[in-house]
Amino acid sequence: MIKLTIDDKQVEVDEGSTVLQAADKLGIHIPTLCYHKSLAPYGACRVCLVELTGSRGSIIQASCVYPAQEGLTVRTDTERVLKARRVMLELLLARCPDSERIKEMAAESGIEESRFPKKDDDCILCGLCARVCEERMGVGAVSFANRGSAREIAVPYDKHSQICITCGACQVVCPTDAVDLTEVTLNKPRPIMSDYDMGLSPRSSIYIPFAQAIPKVAVIDRNTCMHFLKDVCKSCENFCEANAIDYEQQDEFEEVDVGAVVLSPGFEQFDPDLKKELGYSRYPNVISSLQFERLLSASGPYLGEVLRSSDQKHPKKMAWVQCVGSRELECNYCSSVCCMYATKEAIIAKEHAPDLDCTVFFIDMRAFGKGFDAYYERAKELGVKYVRCRPSSIKEVPGTKNLRITYQGADGEIATEEFDMVVLSTGIRPPEEVRELAEKCGIELDQYGFAATQGLAPVETSKPGVYVCGPFASPKDIPETVIEASAGAAKAMALLTRERGTLITHREYPPEKDVSGQPPRIGVFVCHCGRNIGGFADVPGVVEYAKTLPNVVYAEDNLYTCSTDTQERISQLIAEHDLNRVIVASCSPRTHEPLFRNTCRQAGLNEYLFEMANIRDQCTWVHMHEPEMATRKARDLVRIAVAKARLLEPLVKGHLKVNNEALVIGGGLAGMTAALNLADQGFKVHLVEKEQQLGGNFRHIHSLLSGDDPQEKLTDAVGRIDSHPKIDVYLESKVSAVDGSVGNFKSTIQRNSTEKEVSHGVAIIATGANEYEPTEYLHGKDPRVLTQRCLEEWIAEGKPELQNLKSVVMIQCVGSREEARPYCSRICCSQAIKNAIALKDMRPETDVCILYRDIRTYGLLEEHYRKAREKGVRFIRYEENQKPEVSVKDGTLSVSSVDPILNAPVCVDCDLVVLAPAIIPDERVDEVGKLFKIPLNQDKFFLEAHMKLRPVDFATDGVFMCGLAHCPKSVEESIAQADAAAARAATILSKDEIELEATISEVVDENCDGCAYCIDPCPYNALTLIEYMYKGDIKKTVERDGALCKGCGVCMATCPKKGIFVRSFKLEQLGAMVEAALEEA
Amino acid sequence: MADEQFEPIIVGFCCNWCSYAGADLAGVSRQQYPPNLRIIRVMCSGMVHPNLVIDALTKGADGVLICGCHPGDCHYLEGNLKAENRKEAIELMLEDFGIEPERFRLEWVSASEGPRFAEVIREMTEAVRALGPSMYKA
Repeated sequence: MIKLTIDDKQVEVDEGSTVLQAADKLGIHIPTLCYHKSLAPYGACRVCLVELTGSRGSIIQASCVYPAQEGLTVRTDTERVLKARRVMLELLLARCPDSERIKEMAAESGIEESRFPKKDDDCILCGLCARVCEERMGVGAVSFANRGSAREIAVPYDKHSQICITCGACQVVCPTDAVDLTEVTLNKPRPIMSDYDMGLSPRSSIYIPFAQAIPKVAVIDRNTCMHFLKDVCKSCENFCEANAIDYEQQDEFEEVDVGAVVLSPGFEQFDPDLKKELGYSRYPNVISSLQFERLLSASGPYLGEVLRSSDQKHPKKMAWVQCVGSRELECNYCSSVCCMYATKEAIIAKEHAPDLDCTVFFIDMRAFGKGFDAYYERAKELGVKYVRCRPSSIKEVPGTKNLRITYQGADGEIATEEFDMVVLSTGIRPPEEVRELAEKCGIELDQYGFAATQGLAPVETSKPGVYVCGPFASPKDIPETVIEASAGAAKAMALLTRERGTLITHREYPPEKDVSGQPPRIGVFVCHCGRNIGGFADVPGVVEYAKTLPNVVYAEDNLYTCSTDTQERISQLIAEHDLNRVIVASCSPRTHEPLFRNTCRQAGLNEYLFEMANIRDQCTWVHMHEPEMATRKARDLVRIAVAKARLLEPLVKGHLKVNNEALVIGGGLAGMTAALNLADQGFKVHLVEKEQQLGGNFRHIHSLLSGDDPQEKLTDAVGRIDSHPKIDVYLESKVSAVDGSVGNFKSTIQRNSTEKEVSHGVAIIATGANEYEPTEYLHGKDPRVLTQRCLEEWIAEGKPELQNLKSVVMIQCVGSREEARPYCSRICCSQAIKNAIALKDMRPETDVCILYRDIRTYGLLEEHYRKAREKGVRFIRYEENQKPEVSVKDGTLSVSSVDPILNAPVCVDCDLVVLAPAIIPDERVDEVGKLFKIPLNQDKFFLEAHMKLRPVDFATDGVFMCGLAHCPKSVEESIAQADAAAARAATILSKDEIELEATISEVVDENCDGCAYCIDPCPYNALTLIEYMYKGDIKKTVERDGALCKGCGVCMATCPKKGIFVRSFKLEQLGAMVEAALEEA
Repeated sequence: MADEQFEPIIVGFCCNWCSYAGADLAGVSRQQYPPNLRIIRVMCSGMVHPNLVIDALTKGADGVLICGCHPGDCHYLEGNLKAENRKEAIELMLEDFGIEPERFRLEWVSASEGPRFAEVIREMTEAVRALGPSMYKA
């Protein structure tokens, strides 16, 4: 090792290192243009000049080539150095006056204008391109040519190189952007495009897939990495300070024994290039919907700005084209999600630019999900235009690169409109590679390649024990995917009940040492994080500073504080110095706090006596050009952490015994399914049904489009429930009172005048919904006007009224999608089609006409829509403001409507009018909502914890829902959601006790005067006002339910008297941090 | 020169679930912003007592920033809306203390908005710098 001094700082480096490398080790920045870590030093640009003092006086030398020598004294910032560097930069600036990099460096040295005569070159002859090509790639396609002032970088004979491997390294390393790869190579250079940005931005061959990737480590793309392709390069190795690059790494195969398999391989985007007429890969401003999602993202290719690919300008007029790769001959299904994502994209695009003109070309608006129609209406209010037409082609306008769409307008006329940008709403395809997976698992796929499932077993494949969830079974949205994921887990858990918990290993920790009454003894560990912190802030300086802070008894720096050996060292130091508080100043607590807390626990220290200072993500990484300020801020952040650490208290996580029984309210399909799954998992279930028998709405369903027999399923389910030892059924009953919270509820089940109290750990709300009783269209006045449910029963019974029917008219959206009930009832379109097909099958001559607003046969239901049309069922659309009219004249029933396509009235005489009434919430929802303190949405369906990600949970822990109580849904979807609710419930029931978060609120009884300001704002209903006798008086105070509180602290910020606080975030603790932030270092 | 420029101190209460993560992302993506912010991590913007804001400003902070989740994204349902409701009260208190309203800000920054976090800090630092040191500064 060699010792030398640079700017008064000592450094030790390996033999053969240069002065520049030594300075780099110290974090001293020396500007350079021709130096590259993976190439031999060259000394061409002469910008890295430093002053060396030795026995023979001082000299100015290029630090990149000068070897580090024992005892050498180097200065990087003397006036002589700066002056010499300025002259070099002036010469370079004169040679390449347009180079951004040189201009920037010159400006940093205080040069505005060069005194030398300007040339118009762009190459500084640093040779980086030629050197990388020769040294790393072993090719030598570019090199120096000529001598003296004619010296230049060139390809031999000024022709495109035949030996160039088109790796692009020359272009990448060039500091002045002087190399154009297309002038070097014979081949067409193809940039490597980022998969994450959907091909909208380039990436390198070694890359971190995206900012939130887990694990967040770099990967090498073996298909493009030059080392893997040509056995050259290996440059990344020279840059990785952790020596983590391993080119020899191989794929590893692991074998695991499992009892069940859940398949969730997701979906692929339809390749829009297959639709040549839409010009996807030919026209830069035609992009796919997933690409547009990237454009909208703050982390996207233009950092959240919506820009055209062709000219990076903001579009003024945009179009979305729906059903690209969906609802067509070869792909006869609806992708289910595109109508809503296009609507969402249009709304967000308009949020970016309110004047943006947005048009969506669509066939049917399939806003069938919960809250979707309201969202669609909002888009229209915001000015998003919807045109009901499928454009046949897109043409680019030469010059502007705008796009011309020809379509049939509302009036039937052919119109042509120009747009700046077109988004193709590409459909969902099963991923290509799952065919192999399916084969290996031995499951059947359907005609499109989706996993084949049965209607009444929506997550079960053709092979027992293999389950499927998400879009691999059929196209679906996020909430349905999340529901099926839980349903798959429920099925697997029921199958593997005996094995539950057998693979869990518990980690042992030493007993915790008692720190009560001890003054704080703080240890501070400051991390270099390689160069990530140490390269930009003076870490040893921060350590020295930390030692001066009150109660700090030990401080040190570590190269990587998170490394395994440092964990052991921290453990030892805690014992050695009797530390009772630990601070790590490094990266983010969001990623590393669990690791260090665990280290504390292993050293016998309570994990809440740990604090972090984020001096990397929130300091050195964001102040890379201001080392002094970064150091100062790092000191401040450590001081703030010390201020908090001094006030930290050991906390204990509470534990709550869990009652392992479940209460299921509602004995319809959803309630029965949930009860059976939980009982199959071994949990006792109390199933409460208001009617005299189980089954609910399901009793009225006699056929399904999938061909399954619902009545058979009903008989089977009721039979199993009756005989299941784990299920108690309470018929003609209701829940009249609920007390307690997650893990320990006590509910009263009331039947007539008798009451029974049951204890349970969770509750599942499956209270269902009802069919709207239409008052319109002569329903209830003429017996020939009936509902779809009634028709279905007639068909099942073989009613004589159905013989020899000449004509039947069906009217959709009766009571749905209108002012009183602005939501879609979701199942009526497919129910009507199911019954229409049944009528046609009974008597093909019967004229069946369906009057609809949008046909919403989403997903795989689409094929039944086509089947109905093939069988001759007529579909005539009507507009909301021109509803059909049903009348009786001389005993003849007739329906008249206006066909918006022909813009002409249609009138049909018919034997029957069949209405598709809305699904309306059960009348008891308010009551149930109050009992469990769970909210309803505007339409009076229960409101889940999160519309997309937590569709069966409530914000209140331990309460779940399924079935129609959530929103209108099909039989299959109710089953999946019921299983999902069972799975979610089992996450609690399968534990003997639940661990409560320690950092929750705590009431300070002596400060609380019972003003109750905090009670309403608590989002979890965790606070209750109570009274008790104290010294002969009534004392009011607030009680906190530890099982419900999540520690959000809204109560603390509301309390005027310091009567309640959140542990670890006490006002005094936060206040001390504020004061420390304001102290001068 | 830089030495003569007034360097304000801004105290930032950042929600653990969104803007604290957004600040981390700003770091991960090397978004540079002025080094004047001192972040104090809180679990929710709705946890920040108005007294903390007033205390900070009367004890010498040149600015105070509360950063929470966008409306609808709160980890605790609607703590951010509670923070927004308190904003007005805080502004009234600032008036009583004679503190310029620009010294206090409430902003929504999500975990994926690293660039936006940096932009908010740049903007606020410049605005507070333009106001000059707080009158409560010792």
